[in-house]
Amino acid sequence: MNVLSPAEPPVNRREILRYAGCRGGGAEGLPLEECLRLSAGVLSYRVVWETFPVSAQEDTVDLGFARVRSAALARSLAGCGSALVFAATVGLGMDRLIARYERVSPSTALLLHAVGTERIESLCDAFCRGQNTALAEKGLALRPRFSPGYGDLPLAFQREIFRALECEKRIGLTLTDSLLMSPAKSVTAIAGIASACAGRESAPCAQCGKADCAYRG
Amino acid sequence: MDFRSFLKSRIVTLDGGMGSLLQARGLRPGEAPERWNLTHPDAVLAVQRAYYDAGSNLVIANTFGANPLRFSQEELSRIIPAAIAVARQAAAESSGKQEKFVALDVGPCGQLLAPYGTLGFEDAVRLFSQTVALGAEAGADCVFIETMNDSYETKAALLAAKESCSLPVIVSNAYGADGKLMTGASPEAMVALLEGMGADAVGVNCSLGPEALAPVVRRYLACASVPVLLKPNAGLPRVEDGRTVYDIGPEAFAEAVFALMREGVRLCGGCCGTTPEYIAALKDHTAGLEPVPVRPKEETVVSSYTHAAVFGGRPLLIGERINPTGKKRFRQALAEHDMGYLLSEGIRQQEAGADILDVNVGAPGVDEPALLEDAVREIQAVLDLPLCIDTSDPVAMERAMRLYNGKPLVNSVNGKQESLDAVLPLVAKYGGTVIALTLDEDGIPPTAEGRVRIARRILDAAQAHGICKKDVVFDTLTMTVSAAEDAAAVTLESLSRIRRELGCHTSLGVSNVSFGLPARERMNAAFFTLALARGLSAGIVNPLSTEMMGAYRSYCALSGLDAHCGEYVVWSQAHPVAAAAAAKPVDAAAETGDLSGLRRAIERGLTAEAARQAAEALRSREPLSLIGEEVIPALNAVGEGFERGRVFLPQLMMAAEAAGSACAEIKAALSAEKTASRCDFVLATVQGDIHDIGKNIVRLLLENYGFAVHDLGKDVPPEDIVDAVVRLHAPLCGLSALMTTTVPAMEETIRRLRDKAPWCRIVVGGAVLTEEYARTIGADAYGRDAMATVRYAEQVDASL
Repeated sequence: MNVLSPAEPPVNRREILRYAGCRGGGAEGLPLEECLRLSAGVLSYRVVWETFPVSAQEDTVDLGFARVRSAALARSLAGCGSALVFAATVGLGMDRLIARYERVSPSTALLLHAVGTERIESLCDAFCRGQNTALAEKGLALRPRFSPGYGDLPLAFQREIFRALECEKRIGLTLTDSLLMSPAKSVTAIAGIASACAGRESAPCAQCGKADCAYRG
Repeated sequence: MDFRSFLKSRIVTLDGGMGSLLQARGLRPGEAPERWNLTHPDAVLAVQRAYYDAGSNLVIANTFGANPLRFSQEELSRIIPAAIAVARQAAAESSGKQEKFVALDVGPCGQLLAPYGTLGFEDAVRLFSQTVALGAEAGADCVFIETMNDSYETKAALLAAKESCSLPVIVSNAYGADGKLMTGASPEAMVALLEGMGADAVGVNCSLGPEALAPVVRRYLACASVPVLLKPNAGLPRVEDGRTVYDIGPEAFAEAVFALMREGVRLCGGCCGTTPEYIAALKDHTAGLEPVPVRPKEETVVSSYTHAAVFGGRPLLIGERINPTGKKRFRQALAEHDMGYLLSEGIRQQEAGADILDVNVGAPGVDEPALLEDAVREIQAVLDLPLCIDTSDPVAMERAMRLYNGKPLVNSVNGKQESLDAVLPLVAKYGGTVIALTLDEDGIPPTAEGRVRIARRILDAAQAHGICKKDVVFDTLTMTVSAAEDAAAVTLESLSRIRRELGCHTSLGVSNVSFGLPARERMNAAFFTLALARGLSAGIVNPLSTEMMGAYRSYCALSGLDAHCGEYVVWSQAHPVAAAAAAKPVDAAAETGDLSGLRRAIERGLTAEAARQAAEALRSREPLSLIGEEVIPALNAVGEGFERGRVFLPQLMMAAEAAGSACAEIKAALSAEKTASRCDFVLATVQGDIHDIGKNIVRLLLENYGFAVHDLGKDVPPEDIVDAVVRLHAPLCGLSALMTTTVPAMEETIRRLRDKAPWCRIVVGGAVLTEEYARTIGADAYGRDAMATVRYAEQVDASL
């Protein structure tokens, strides 16, 4: 098991505005910098990960710690001998900050939600970039990350990931009976590891079948 | 020797890691090690015997995750006795000559407590109680609560242990590299909470190696009055050729732990990555080491779930504004169960510099125990200040102290026997620092001598209940100076005598002194300064009062408690004296154009400006016409902009907030008239779902459009939603769900509503819903976004 408290990933203001519902800009008059300042005081980045052997058939994937039926995950892991399974969180402080502003300024709370979402996504992206760089030295490459709830990978698979990574103990990430993660701004994902010459996968959105997604890139 | 005596006088050597040693014997990743007590007792026995052979005094039974969330009742009642029996057998079979004990292990239950998870505090207490009761019955020598990374769950486990058995309890938390628990608590906050509740030893385990944990351990040693434990990992883990290895070997580990034992650590062992070899090395290093005596610390401390507030340094400010006495608006908020109002009062006081928040919700006709419980729960969800639980109702006091996430200040006890009998046992059980009022059955003595005598009696009674002197703070009662000219002098004299003769800290509510006099704030501030100069440790004051805060900041600067007068300068710049403030030009709001100032302020989302404009307009215009002709048109303009994609969600919400602040002004002018002009709307996030951003946006907009919104919150059971709709005969109900896993709860709620409230129109929304999905589960309408929900509600309202 590997545990890391990574440095702050770079901030992407455009993404924050996108998550806040500002399609194509429109940041005028928004207290975005103030929200970033407030968040900076409470964010606590943590990642736990482990590499597992993987075998993927048509619609079934065996990750060593569990088997799951999912054609989409099987496609994502096709040709991979192993997979990186990780969980990341920006900590409970963000949930508390949002709850506080829900009471005094819901619009600020909305922006803080967007900041939190951008932070966890950027954290995962930075983490995967780092892993990819390390893998490149061995002639390997990391596939795009794939989370429970994507495509036909059931959300219930969260339970298996939580058990395998000991998320609660390692990074303070918990799962409710209804499969919600707390802290809320958290991600679990599986990313295949394949030989670097196997060619790059297309962008994550293009892989996904949900054509009516509001965030489709 | 029983374990309690052993712990008091000796160094206790604990065991090391368990999970990886069982894995070496075939335990698969993800498999429950607790089940091995039944299926592979020999493997568990071998590991534990090796620890006793290496010199462990206390081996932790293999029950880390043995709780009712992970195992059935039936399996649990076999696992726990088996685990204790295996450890006992290991002790009996070991060749070690040392004293040997067995602990019941209690690890985290795996879920975060509400409000950030769904597990209720009392549910957590109940589930830990089952584990502890089984362990005590099976003959464990002590309870070992460990690896807890949340203060609230730690409190639940300790409370369960205290209520379910009489064994000694050791509590160990897991800290991050930032020196905090995952949910934010500092070592000082944890020690305050745990010692207050009677933990027999406290400390740290897991997460990091001994050197990385040293700063946290030193902070424990500096503030703990009970033995301190250290059970670190063998450094940091990394994966090498598919195997997890740790970067510190037995010798280096033992040396680092030994260094901290010489500084005072009394219980030592290892966590992840450590083996019997590490314990043997530790035993070698510590042979002949005399235990460092545990010194009681005399600091008076209260805590929140993040930090401790210490009496005796800079005087503490206890914010008094969460209190309905003499406040019409506050009483109305309590009657309406408007927790948002209480929270905003709390937030404003924290921003103004309060160190502790007094919470008093006692008013005629309210269910004070239930209300105080809700107030504490809501405030501690978003505010990290320690709370002062202020009530004269012992039932309310107990319920609030129980679920408070920290060590509270308790307001108050007094010299009456009835009060001593009711309050002191609560402080002894739940922990806390209690404010003691120097009055008794005969009233408030007119002399300092009389008040000090009562103080001594209260202190004796507290100590007889096992409460330390440091945990009693005296309030010598501020009397009205216009009624007796020596009133203030007697209060101050009592104050300094208690500080000097009893060595106790003091607190004082000051505003009573000026009752019946003009310019009260002026006199209150002067009295506050006098009290501070006599050694007052904490003032119960209004931190929003410029006079009081001016007196306080000046006092701190004048007594050398404010380096370079920094706080004073910053505060004074933000609060210029009245003459300078008046000279500033008033903000040029009278811009010309088609729009009125109010409409423009709302459309631009300027909250303060909208309130100011509304107040101004009310001088010349009817309140209702302002809503109809200014507020609603402004909202409609922004709403249309949103629907056409010219205005985005954050701007829409800012406009709604500005409209809300304007409406608050207008409603105040409407006095008793019915202010909501449209029908009732019951709103909730369904059971199992704790995400409420969407629901809150809808609430904000509906309120603006004049609907009487009844927001039931998040994670709301179907029956509660049905009850509310039936009680109000509400024509509209809005349900929100974020995830596919919580849509069944939404469907169930709709089914029940159809049955019990067939008149009600149901609109649903949330990330996973679509028009079609909404129809499938039986809703009347799908709210694509907040504006769509408003439009649908307007339609229904118009058809009524």
